Amino acid sequence: MSNESTKKMIIVALGVCLVCSILVSTAAVTLNARQEKNKELDKIKNILIAGELMQENVDVKSVFEEKVESELIHLETGEFIPKSDYSAKLSPETFNIKKMADDDQYGKLIPPEKDIARINKMPKVMSIYIVKIDDQIEKYILPIYGKGLWSTLYGFLALGSDLQTIQGITFYEHGETPGLGGEVDNPNWKAIWKGKQAFKDNGQVGITVIKGQVDPDNPNAKYQVDGLSGSTLTTRGLDAMVKFWLGETGYGPFIQHAKKQKAELNEQG
Amino acid sequence: MSKVKKILLDPIFNNNPIAYQILGICSALAVTSKLETSIVMSIAVIFVVSFSNLAVSLIRNHVASSIRILVEMTIIASLVIIADQIIKAFAYDISKQLSVYVGLIITNCIIMGRAEAFALKNPPILSFMDGIGNGLGYAFVLLFVGFFRELFGSGKLLGFTVLPLATDGGWYVPNGLLLLSPSAFVIIGLLIWAIRTRKPEQIEEE
Repeated sequence: MSNESTKKMIIVALGVCLVCSILVSTAAVTLNARQEKNKELDKIKNILIAGELMQENVDVKSVFEEKVESELIHLETGEFIPKSDYSAKLSPETFNIKKMADDDQYGKLIPPEKDIARINKMPKVMSIYIVKIDDQIEKYILPIYGKGLWSTLYGFLALGSDLQTIQGITFYEHGETPGLGGEVDNPNWKAIWKGKQAFKDNGQVGITVIKGQVDPDNPNAKYQVDGLSGSTLTTRGLDAMVKFWLGETGYGPFIQHAKKQKAELNEQG
Repeated sequence: MSKVKKILLDPIFNNNPIAYQILGICSALAVTSKLETSIVMSIAVIFVVSFSNLAVSLIRNHVASSIRILVEMTIIASLVIIADQIIKAFAYDISKQLSVYVGLIITNCIIMGRAEAFALKNPPILSFMDGIGNGLGYAFVLLFVGFFRELFGSGKLLGFTVLPLATDGGWYVPNGLLLLSPSAFVIIGLLIWAIRTRKPEQIEEE
C-alpha cells in the first residue's frame, strides 16, 4: 500500500494518536496521586508562609500540626461550624475550595453586582487556619481567591489577633505573566503588606492596592499597598480580591463575630 | 563507531543548535536565571528530543509526507506532556518556577528541526543518538548561561551562597540585570563570539 493512499494515512494517523494517548493517560493517571500530595504539601507550606511560621529544613507537616488549627466557618453568619457537624464531605482535611464552590449543598452563585473578584461561585463554608501560641490566638489565616489577568489567583491573607492588622499575604496557585503579574510571588512585594490596616475606623474595608508606589506621607498610607509595575490588570484583580474577601460577602461577618467575641472575653477577663 | 560519536558530540561545539543554528533561544532566555531550573529544563529537552527522534524515525517509512508534520507534532506534544507530568510529580517546586516553559518545549524549534532534518532520513538508533547530542548541545548553552546568571545575578550556585551579598553582610553587590531575560542575550552573544573565534569556519559569509 502506498504511503500517500488515504487509507494508509488514516491508519497511520489513528495508530500514532492511539499510542500517544495511551502513553499520556498512563503518565497522568499513575503520577496523579503524587502530584496531589505535592499540591497539598505546597498549600500547607503557603499557610505557614502567610503565618510567618516557615523555616528552612523543618518538617512542614509537623510544624503545621503543632501550631496551626484548622476550623470551618459559615461565611454568612460568621460562626464556627461545630466539630460534631463534620462529615466526609465537610471537614478541614479534605476541604477543597474549587469543589465546594461547585457543590450543590455548600456552594452558591454570587450576585453579579457583588462579584467584584469575578469568581462567579463561592463556597458557603470556608476552611480557615488559626495560629495559636500557648493557647493564645496569634493570627487568622484566611484563604482568598480572585481573577487576575489570565488566571484565578489562590492564596492566603493573614490577619493579626486584632483582626485589623494584616500580617502577610501569599499565593499558592496562579498563572499570571512571569516577571510582571507573576511578581505576586516576590518576597519584597509580599513584605509590603505586613502591618497594613485592613479596616478603617468606621468598619469599612480600607485596604487598597493602588497603581504605582505608596507615598509614605499620605495619611491613608497605612491602608495602601504598592501595585505591581507593568501589570495593571493583576493589580486591579488583587485590589478587588482583598476588598471582596474582607467585605460583607466574604469574611466580614466572621470578622465582626470574632471581634465581638474578643471584646466579650476582654470584659470578663 | 566514529559516526555515532560524531553524531553525539558534533552538536555540542561544532554544530550547536543554539550557538550555531540559533534555534531554541526563547526558552534559553526564560529559564536560565537559576542553574537548577536550567538543569531540569535541559533534562526535559534531552528526553523529548531523543525520544521524538526515535519515534519519528521508527515510523518514517510509513508516514505520508503530507501529514508528517502533524504526526511529528502529536509525538512531540505527547512527550512534552509526559515530561511535564513527571516534573510535577517529582520536582514540584521547580515545576512551579518553570511554569509554562515546560509546555512550551513543544514549540522549541530544535525538536521539530531534528525530527525533520535527521530522524525522517536516518535509522532509529542513530536518530536517538542525534537527539541526545542536540539535547546536550542545548543543555551546554543553558547550563553555561544559567551558571553565570545565577552566580553574578544572585551570588549563588544551585541555591548555595558563593559570593556573599552586600545586603546580607558580605561584599558582593549583585548585578540585577543578570536576573532579567535580556542578559541571556548578552551571555549567549559572548558565547557565540568565543566559539566562532575558536572555530572561524562557523562564521557566516557576508
